[in-house]
Amino acid sequence: MPADAPSAASGLILPRYPRPDGVHPPLDSPGYRSSQQRAPSRPLVPLPQHLTEVTGPLLGAERVTAADSDLTTRYPDEPLGERISVSGRVLDSDGRPVPDTLIEIWQANASGRYKHHVDDHPAPLDPNFDGAGRCMTDSLGRYRFVTIKPGPYPWKNHHNAWRPAHIHFSLFGRAFTQRLVTQMYFPGDPLFPFDPIFNSVPDPKARERMISRFDMDLTEPEWSLAYTWDIVLRGREQAVFEPQEDR
Amino acid sequence: MTVPQTPSQTVGPFLAIGLPWPDGPFAVPDGTPGAITITGQVLDVAGTPLPDALVETWQADPAGRFDHPDDPRGAAAPSAAGFRGFARCPTDAGGWYRIVTLRPGPLPCPGGSEAPHLDVSVFARGLLDRVVTRIYFADEAEANAADPVLAGIDPGRRGTLIATAEPGGVGRFRFDIRLRGEDETVFFDV
Repeated sequence: MPADAPSAASGLILPRYPRPDGVHPPLDSPGYRSSQQRAPSRPLVPLPQHLTEVTGPLLGAERVTAADSDLTTRYPDEPLGERISVSGRVLDSDGRPVPDTLIEIWQANASGRYKHHVDDHPAPLDPNFDGAGRCMTDSLGRYRFVTIKPGPYPWKNHHNAWRPAHIHFSLFGRAFTQRLVTQMYFPGDPLFPFDPIFNSVPDPKARERMISRFDMDLTEPEWSLAYTWDIVLRGREQAVFEPQEDR
Repeated sequence: MTVPQTPSQTVGPFLAIGLPWPDGPFAVPDGTPGAITITGQVLDVAGTPLPDALVETWQADPAGRFDHPDDPRGAAAPSAAGFRGFARCPTDAGGWYRIVTLRPGPLPCPGGSEAPHLDVSVFARGLLDRVVTRIYFADEAEANAADPVLAGIDPGRRGTLIATAEPGGVGRFRFDIRLRGEDETVFFDV
């Protein structure tokens, strides 16, 4: 060890973020065709969780305005489609809320068309909808978006392939280990049995955790329907690294 | 109490709608003294560049500190004005990304120290979860030789984790990411 390097002999007390078993989809998922071109084929190498991994960007509210969480009010006219709210909490797997963390979302419009030059689905674009939103969780880990319900859309994975309606969610948590990008689905979607991305998650119970819940209590009369969805990131425990032991 | 976690899903082909920021590639403001650039291509099994990937980096500041409460040495205000530690850059039509940052310092770790490095997440259509790698620097040979993570990697593959100096410019580094294939980059289970 270089003489000027800080010593670990005093014991660096670092949180640990245990890797979950059976939660995430395998990278190599033959049913999802493009994984065969792009997903690593060699086994992942375990990375010890040291300082870079147990810290992470704490991106603040300076990136976000209140208007960023409402996808229906940024153009002169309102987007077409079914107005909904999507709200819930961000927790870690120890049940602790994750406050003040950035959530970013993106989605197709009500017709199942993304505002993106690569999307060639012959469904109309909506001049009043761009499909992007951001917000910060509050001190209790709560978030809320107002948007329109996205439509399902075809893709070219296999003959007559359709994606169930979904909203993409990106979360940071507070540590590099907690970074998560996922998709929120809507209850009762008839396309679930046919979608290799949804079904890439092997455990049916884990799949269900990607499905939001219709919430009558949060609907607004004469105005909007409501879905709730809690997002659970990896939890942490305290551990002391002892230099003489490799734990 | 244990609450079961939410599974990962792919970012899909349209991440450019939601994730890029105008200042994303800049972990420090452009023009910061001592700033370096790291550029490279993200490539698939056939060596075809990915036009729809996102590269994110996270790292210590030049003093080896983090402005984060879980650093047991204490959160440290960045040693350079405007240093964010985090950068994100979508790939362009040629599969290129580029970030601007400062060189990270070495870090203490159990039983030794880690050579200067950046943690990297790559997101793309075709990846059901992010893939994680690290960028080390070719001109830190001594520190790299003592790095416990590099020491655990097959010597034949270590080079995939090392950014090389680009000719013709101080502080310009090249780091390609090969997602799959014979010479694929080493990826980590974090």
